[in-house]
Amino acid sequence: MTTGTPTDGTPADDTPADDTPVNVSKAPSEAGGSGRPGSGAAEKGAAENGTAAPDASVATVDPRLLVRQKGFAGYLEDLLRRLRTGELGSVPVIVGLLVIGAVFQLQDSAFLSSNNLSDLFVQSAGTGLIAVGIVFVLILGEIDLSVGSVSGMSAAVLAVLNINHGMNEVLAVLLALLTGMAAGAIHGFFFARIGVPAFVVTLAGLLGWNGLMLQILGPSGTINLDDDGLVAHLTNYYFADKAAAMGLATVCVLAFLGFSLLDQRRRKAADVPSRPLSEILLRTVVLAVPAYVAAAVFNSYKGLPLAVVIFLGVVVIGDFVLRRTSYGRQVFAVGGSSEAAGRAGINVPMVRITVYAIAGTMAAVGGLFFASQINAANQSSGAGSLLMNCIAAAVIGGTSLFGGRGKTWSALLGALVIQSINSGMALLGTGSALRDMITGAVLLAAVVIDSVSRRTQKTAGRA
Amino acid sequence: MSATPVLALRGISKRFGAVQALTDVELEIHPGEVVALVGDNGAGKSTLVKAIAGVGPADEGTVEWDGEPVRIERPHDAQELGIATVYQDLALCDNLDVVGNLFLGNEIKSRTVLNEVEMERRARELLSTLSIRIPSVRVPVASLSGGQRQTVAIARSLLGEPRVVILDEPTAALGVEQTAQVLDLVERLRERELGVLLISHNMADVRAVSDRVAVLRLGRNNGTFTVSETTQEEIVSAITGASDNVVTRRNARTADNARTTEVHK
Repeated sequence: MTTGTPTDGTPADDTPADDTPVNVSKAPSEAGGSGRPGSGAAEKGAAENGTAAPDASVATVDPRLLVRQKGFAGYLEDLLRRLRTGELGSVPVIVGLLVIGAVFQLQDSAFLSSNNLSDLFVQSAGTGLIAVGIVFVLILGEIDLSVGSVSGMSAAVLAVLNINHGMNEVLAVLLALLTGMAAGAIHGFFFARIGVPAFVVTLAGLLGWNGLMLQILGPSGTINLDDDGLVAHLTNYYFADKAAAMGLATVCVLAFLGFSLLDQRRRKAADVPSRPLSEILLRTVVLAVPAYVAAAVFNSYKGLPLAVVIFLGVVVIGDFVLRRTSYGRQVFAVGGSSEAAGRAGINVPMVRITVYAIAGTMAAVGGLFFASQINAANQSSGAGSLLMNCIAAAVIGGTSLFGGRGKTWSALLGALVIQSINSGMALLGTGSALRDMITGAVLLAAVVIDSVSRRTQKTAGRA
Repeated sequence: MSATPVLALRGISKRFGAVQALTDVELEIHPGEVVALVGDNGAGKSTLVKAIAGVGPADEGTVEWDGEPVRIERPHDAQELGIATVYQDLALCDNLDVVGNLFLGNEIKSRTVLNEVEMERRARELLSTLSIRIPSVRVPVASLSGGQRQTVAIARSLLGEPRVVILDEPTAALGVEQTAQVLDLVERLRERELGVLLISHNMADVRAVSDRVAVLRLGRNNGTFTVSETTQEEIVSAITGASDNVVTRRNARTADNARTTEVHK
């Protein structure tokens, strides 16, 4: 423990009362070794049946450790310490969103109108869904440059199958998603099995899938979708019933509170550290405020948009997969050290291929949302700044470009930032030149924050 | 110490192209015994470890487990038998916390969901049983010191309930206090009746914890010493071959000649 020991902010009462001031350097060995004669056999038994009472040394804590104080004060102090040592998490992006909101609101009072905000949310869904896939790839420490082209290709596949060949729309949607998944799996195969750098593979995909899309669309170049079809509804259906938005917000808040309390109870039962009740309540409130504000905003316009429900669902499912399943653990492990992951018995190529397949699938989903917005698939689908916007959304939201760290929630926050800038600029009528410059500057700022926070974390011994 | 070695190598040989890396190597590890494997660079220590761990199976010779001949063809075979190997470059994921690293590849799940609470409880229990002190099991491994990382790596190898643990240079690049922590841990493994094979260049560490020292020189056994009855010089000369040079050979020859002459007289 030579690192991560800030010399400041170490109140004396951090150390538990029962921890007598021992000689730090020899304490670890003596506590378990010579200090308790004949304990070897007991320890062995404890380890084997795994049910014996926790050893007494569980309670003793390294005196150098900044132990969290019990209760709320400890939580606040811990939070501040994390911020100081570079664990910024979502703080910069939330601050950024507030600043963007305030600036545009001062320029044009229509910006924070429920009408504009609701549209902004709906339009951010496409970018955000693709960015969810990018988050998976970034956690691996890789990049996917092909998501724009894959999204356009999937939209083209859907349009051709559904409109030109008259295929059932649900089936066509499934085939479009499968196309995206297959494209991603092909990238993953060349990267993981053949060993081609992911940057080059997906760059080839960027060109190749765009060409295939033009081929599929054929000479006409634009295929209009059914105005009342499933895909059209993705971005233009609203749950007009006011109970829908409020109900969803309530379900989310209650589910969060319930799972937090359940987790706390299980942790207490297992005698491992748990969050204090005050912290859980604070977190719930912090979640509840934006949830109900958003619900009120949606309700004062057309109601809860279907696009937002799907986007939120994907983010929550993605978060669950990454943090609560062994597959997610494997993705993080490969991103942290593929060598270590392989030695731990993880099938590294399989993880890489599936992650690229997920990125391809999410690109296809996003492509359908973009097609839904213009109600057509055309030659410019998936072109332009779409790719950079999606990668920028993931990074702006706080997912590290260096691999091993990230959350799907960053896709949500980042997509909101990107779309806020787009929407604000459109309101002000400044055109795409200024918009692209500002988006570029925000992306640069996000990457700078990522790099600097990584360096700060390193000096604080946390990266 | 029981009579039957838990792991015994008999006549292990291994070739790499034109190089005979190992020739007829013998090694025995008993339960509750720390055997140090020493030798100069290129003596064949790593090759022998790879043969035991199943990474690079031997060409000839047999491996006996509890006295029964077994085949170790893949790393998986070694793990099945109960051989855990902690490599020199620790193989931990810096971005995962201690719990994540301990259970990587063997996560505890309730249905399909990771059971973080149970994993954390078991991790704390395991670490406390081994008297490993770590600030918190929820800090990323990157923030631990070299010694703490080493103890985490060793603790992880114990999760599979192995009977033999192979430690490859566990104290290389560690400071004084951290080395002491790792050596304490090795002794605790012995108390738990595990067989430990310790590969090290550090004579002080070897003499501090091991019961026997097996010396490899140029791919062959060059003596097995009981630490309590051997001086450091004897071990070092076995490693470097200091006792095997022109002078000693001549001395031996003249002594032989003298004896022969005496007999003939």
